[in-house]
Amino acid sequence: MSNTYRDSCGAGLENEEEFVDILEERRRSSDLGHALRTFSPHPYKGAESCSNADLNKAVLESQYLRYMAKEIAAETGSSVEEVREEACGILEEMSQNLQLKCIRLMGFTMTKVLKRLYSGIFVNMEGLNMLQQSIQEHPVILMPNHRSYMDFLIISYIMFTYDIPMPFIAAGIPLAGMKLVGEVLRRSGAFFIRRAIGSDKLYWAVLSEYVRTIIKTGIAPLEFYVEGLRSRTLKSVMPKLGMMHMVMEPFFKGEVYDITLIPISISYDRVLEESLLAHELLGIPKPKESTTALLKASKVLQEDYGSMHVNFGRPMSVRHLCEGKINRCQYNLVPRDLPQKPSAEVQACVSWLAHLMVRVQEEGSVMGPWALMACLLLQAPTRVLTEEGLPWQELTDKTLWLRKLALDFGARLNWPSGQGQAPDTDVMSSTVALHGSIVNHKAGRVFLVQEEEPTRNRPISPEEKMISTAAAVLMLASYRNMSLHIFVRPALLATALHIKKTTQKDELLAFFCFLRDVFSNDFIFIPGNSSQDFEEACFLLKKCGAVHVSEQEVTVSVAGLEVLSFLQALLQPFIDSYQVIFRYLCENEVHVYAEKQFLTAVRNLATELILSGELHTYEALSSDTHKNVLSALQRLDSLTKSRASEQNEYTVNKAAVRRIDDILSGKIPPQMLHTTPEAKL
Amino acid sequence: MASNSSGGSDRQRVAQQRLRIITGHLQGRENGDSTIIAAECKAEGSQTDVSREEGKTVPRRRQEIMKWNGWGYSDTKFIFNNKGQAEFTGKRYRLSGMIIPALKEWFEGTFGASMQHKSPAAPVLNSGAVQPPTLNEAFLEELKSTGVPFSHDAEDRVYRAHGHCLHEIFALREGKVGRVPDMVVWPNCHEDVVKIVELACKHDVCLIPYGGGTSVSSGLECPPEETRCIVSVDTSQMNRILWIDEKNLTAHVEAGIVGQDLERLLNESGYCTGHEPDSMEFSSLGGWVATRASGMKKNIYGNIEDLVVHVKMVTPQGVMEKSCRGPRMSTGPDIHHFIMGSEGTLGVVTEVTMKIRPVPEYQKYGSVVFPNFEQGVACLREVAKQRCAPASIRLMDNEQFKFGHALKPQVSSMFTSFLDGLKKFYITKFKGFDTDRLCVATLLFEGGREKVLQHEKQVYDIAAKFGGLAAGEDNGQRGYMLTFVIAYLRDLGMEYYVIGESFETSVPWDRVLDICRNVKARIIGECKSKGVQFQPLSTCRVTQTYDTGACVYFYFAFNYRGLSDPVHVYEQVERAAREEILANGGSLSHHHGVGKLRKEWMRETVSNVGMGMLQSVKDYVDPKNIFGNRNLL
Repeated sequence: MSNTYRDSCGAGLENEEEFVDILEERRRSSDLGHALRTFSPHPYKGAESCSNADLNKAVLESQYLRYMAKEIAAETGSSVEEVREEACGILEEMSQNLQLKCIRLMGFTMTKVLKRLYSGIFVNMEGLNMLQQSIQEHPVILMPNHRSYMDFLIISYIMFTYDIPMPFIAAGIPLAGMKLVGEVLRRSGAFFIRRAIGSDKLYWAVLSEYVRTIIKTGIAPLEFYVEGLRSRTLKSVMPKLGMMHMVMEPFFKGEVYDITLIPISISYDRVLEESLLAHELLGIPKPKESTTALLKASKVLQEDYGSMHVNFGRPMSVRHLCEGKINRCQYNLVPRDLPQKPSAEVQACVSWLAHLMVRVQEEGSVMGPWALMACLLLQAPTRVLTEEGLPWQELTDKTLWLRKLALDFGARLNWPSGQGQAPDTDVMSSTVALHGSIVNHKAGRVFLVQEEEPTRNRPISPEEKMISTAAAVLMLASYRNMSLHIFVRPALLATALHIKKTTQKDELLAFFCFLRDVFSNDFIFIPGNSSQDFEEACFLLKKCGAVHVSEQEVTVSVAGLEVLSFLQALLQPFIDSYQVIFRYLCENEVHVYAEKQFLTAVRNLATELILSGELHTYEALSSDTHKNVLSALQRLDSLTKSRASEQNEYTVNKAAVRRIDDILSGKIPPQMLHTTPEAKL
Repeated sequence: MASNSSGGSDRQRVAQQRLRIITGHLQGRENGDSTIIAAECKAEGSQTDVSREEGKTVPRRRQEIMKWNGWGYSDTKFIFNNKGQAEFTGKRYRLSGMIIPALKEWFEGTFGASMQHKSPAAPVLNSGAVQPPTLNEAFLEELKSTGVPFSHDAEDRVYRAHGHCLHEIFALREGKVGRVPDMVVWPNCHEDVVKIVELACKHDVCLIPYGGGTSVSSGLECPPEETRCIVSVDTSQMNRILWIDEKNLTAHVEAGIVGQDLERLLNESGYCTGHEPDSMEFSSLGGWVATRASGMKKNIYGNIEDLVVHVKMVTPQGVMEKSCRGPRMSTGPDIHHFIMGSEGTLGVVTEVTMKIRPVPEYQKYGSVVFPNFEQGVACLREVAKQRCAPASIRLMDNEQFKFGHALKPQVSSMFTSFLDGLKKFYITKFKGFDTDRLCVATLLFEGGREKVLQHEKQVYDIAAKFGGLAAGEDNGQRGYMLTFVIAYLRDLGMEYYVIGESFETSVPWDRVLDICRNVKARIIGECKSKGVQFQPLSTCRVTQTYDTGACVYFYFAFNYRGLSDPVHVYEQVERAAREEILANGGSLSHHHGVGKLRKEWMRETVSNVGMGMLQSVKDYVDPKNIFGNRNLL
């Protein structure tokens, strides 16, 4: 299963594509000239010429919406006219209004901003050429990962620069609410989707018809984030399936011959919102998306953010990917215009494909030295980082060692060839300099930067000090996360070896699968691929000489201890954080928690444990971790979520949680955990 | 086939009508015919006038007039003459003896074929390649006593061992012969068939009914695993019209009669059945019934299931028939539907009572050019919705439109080509049609003169709403003529490394465009992935309209130079195309039938219970599998 995409469409590592800095030309020639360039893309050959107004009209007049309007009218007791008017309102709020004029304006502004922020924007031209080809053949879906607001228009910017049809971009509705910016985005091709659609049938209907119509008519490429949200942790997010299903449906129903998916990996040396995100994770709320907030944030424009890599993956044919997975005849007996509940087969396929896309995005992402250094910095005790500092030499030696390991594991590494006597050291020095907001390097040692609050008069309390450290640690953790996909499979195996103290392959596999299940909100795995993941882990550890693998056994080699302990330490913060929460849930008297109450309690507990020195990882403070634990427990049937008076409530099955905790500690062997199907659309 | 009528005015009238019906699109026409024909024939130049003795088309020894390894009459084929021009030989068809100047360029351009690269067929059938017959002596002895003619001559047997699937013809061209019937019998009437079936049951002989031999479903292929003596029951000599009932407008006909004879003989009495499948020159009434055939003019006359009033079938359990000729009955499931589509697995259809109609007073061809296929389909859908479809309405896609143009015979008059140029200028320059997108619908109207003209206007008015421009009778007529010569063209292709075939489906209206696009794209994609080195021809047309859907025909051909096993590649692509059809909501077959070629999809097509029902009928009617062609189930 996992190999199907690798053989034909996987991003091959063998032929490292050439990345070209697209800002270079902008620095040499006129920005205005670029903005006013002749834009003459080659569109999809089957595209129907169709204005934005035509598109909206086609959506509103579709058989599907007519049917849904009638059904909803009957359910709600309102008239069909009213429902249709409401649909019209939803569509107005949603729809894009792409205009070339606006793109030119955006292009002009973006050139200015990008040149200020980034030393370079590197794009793989081969990928871009393949995209240009694909766009003419079938409807194309652009699927970037989402790490920064910067992602939002960068694809359009590149498309404009290289004469590729401008995409329609699915965006969150808060953006639409921003004065002026919302309208500019709309005219740049953004269409806006509400956050919590829930069971609003009419909204779903309008949205899905809108998406399907875009694909069926081939009027423009469609861009959406399969992860749904901007990742707060720079780690991949569990993909959302609703949009993915809407996108695939025209293929399932034979309305198009094929659909081409273009995975796009956007990687940053340094993310604009790094500090904002860390604070958000610590429960300091994210400012509302508003234009004034954006202007305030303009001081971020003064800083240097290194370079950005945009890697256009190999085009992937949905037809090819779904071969043997979907029986398209299931749509034969009901008119295709009518709503039809997706079958289990379809749900599984959509889920599989969504996860696959995340995996391919991960494989295509480019990481710099900083991601590796962050891994290592986090493995030093926090006290060392804040007080005595980590010796520079130790860090650089270890980083070079890790670079080799990462390359062995197939990482795409952006390691600039530095100049001078010790080029590698130069690279690392400038990397640390770029990240001066997190660490500084003085007197041969590296320290964690503590946030300074200049207006403060009173002494700092231990809790406040801790928050400040935690923010720096979480930023560091985010950059570490950029490399996690490279290490996670071997690291799970390393952890299994460490906890189970066994060499038996089947036992290790069982524990590996258990870990994979428990952590599948933190690390994204393709459903149903656990044995391939295990094989991959074995293969990689064997490749770097850490283990010997035979039919029955996986044995640790002496030379491999360094690798294994690094990998195991890499996952330790996750295991520790999960265990803190498991124990909280088991030991507490209460069985039912309100969501807010739970989150506060867990954060307080973690703060207490860190201060008392019992817990070593600040990551236990991250709300992302908390949410992932809740999802994991729900998935493992140890927790049920219900909705009571505006709030989510969780009912805990303590025995089940305790069992998971015991397995995780190696006290009892893993049993087949009952996992509910992940494929809910 | 057509004879010059020199008798009285009555006879003349009949002859003229008759000629309009079949020969209009089949072959030459007479001098001084009525105004419409004079107006039509400007592009054709001289007329051919073939005189044949009255009587039957198909002799017992098919080899006297038919090819052994290709389509149709031995004297008729496409060749590239020594000037390198395409020419249609013989005298039987309107196109016969004509030069087709544009065909070579189209052929080379479309397939990348070249006159230098020939793939000639084995010149003659080598009887040595044919396995000696396995004869059932006891059966043979008793058969002799009945006086029914039979043969175990190699040629006779090979002729009845195949239909016209690509792999069947390809093998013959290479001189390869697989399992063939061990003998051929020629029953002369129903009673003969009863005797043959009785003897077969008694001696455990396998019977395979044979009508016109035009199967494209591997329906006539002998199962290689069959060890019993296989006897081909050739019904071609059971070809009489037994009676005509003018009060009820029915005719009782022996099932071996081929389409052209049936129409001709009925025409002589002023009647027709109106059933004109594309294979009607050679296919037989019994074959139509056994495969659920469909005729091009079904809009007026209906498909075979609408035409049949009464059927007689000889089965191992005895003769099955209804007791009366009531036009409709509520007497449980219609037993005719066990017969129609049984594909020779239950028995031999021997006699059929079918509806007849007076020969229509007037017939008119027509054509409409649409800016694109989408508009064309929308127009056909609207015509179906308004239930005003002409006798025939067919929509060819752009590739077929171009193909049709390549088949225009040489024009004798400067004026015609000038007019053609003018027409082209009008359509492309003035109306802005893109020659790479436009497509054409061909029409055939039939009925009373006034009504036809009225009907014609109605259809053209609808077409205009979809951007359609009337493009003349000539284009329409040529379109229908192509139906009959296209099978000959495949033989020409096979001389130059080009193989191909057609297949069909039926599909709801809302799926028509999607299925056409997807199946064509799938064919192209599969060819590429199977290593076909030249762009294939992948084209389709909508050939029938119904209230709720349409029949779609796909043509697919490619140049196989460089492939080691072209037939295998061909079969893989065709199989993929069929899967694509099913995945797009198309049926397994609209009228070609299942045979052995499409058997693998039967279960998913009719469900387990459905298969069980069919199987139990087979088990009851033919427990010893005497009718052992193994079609369908």
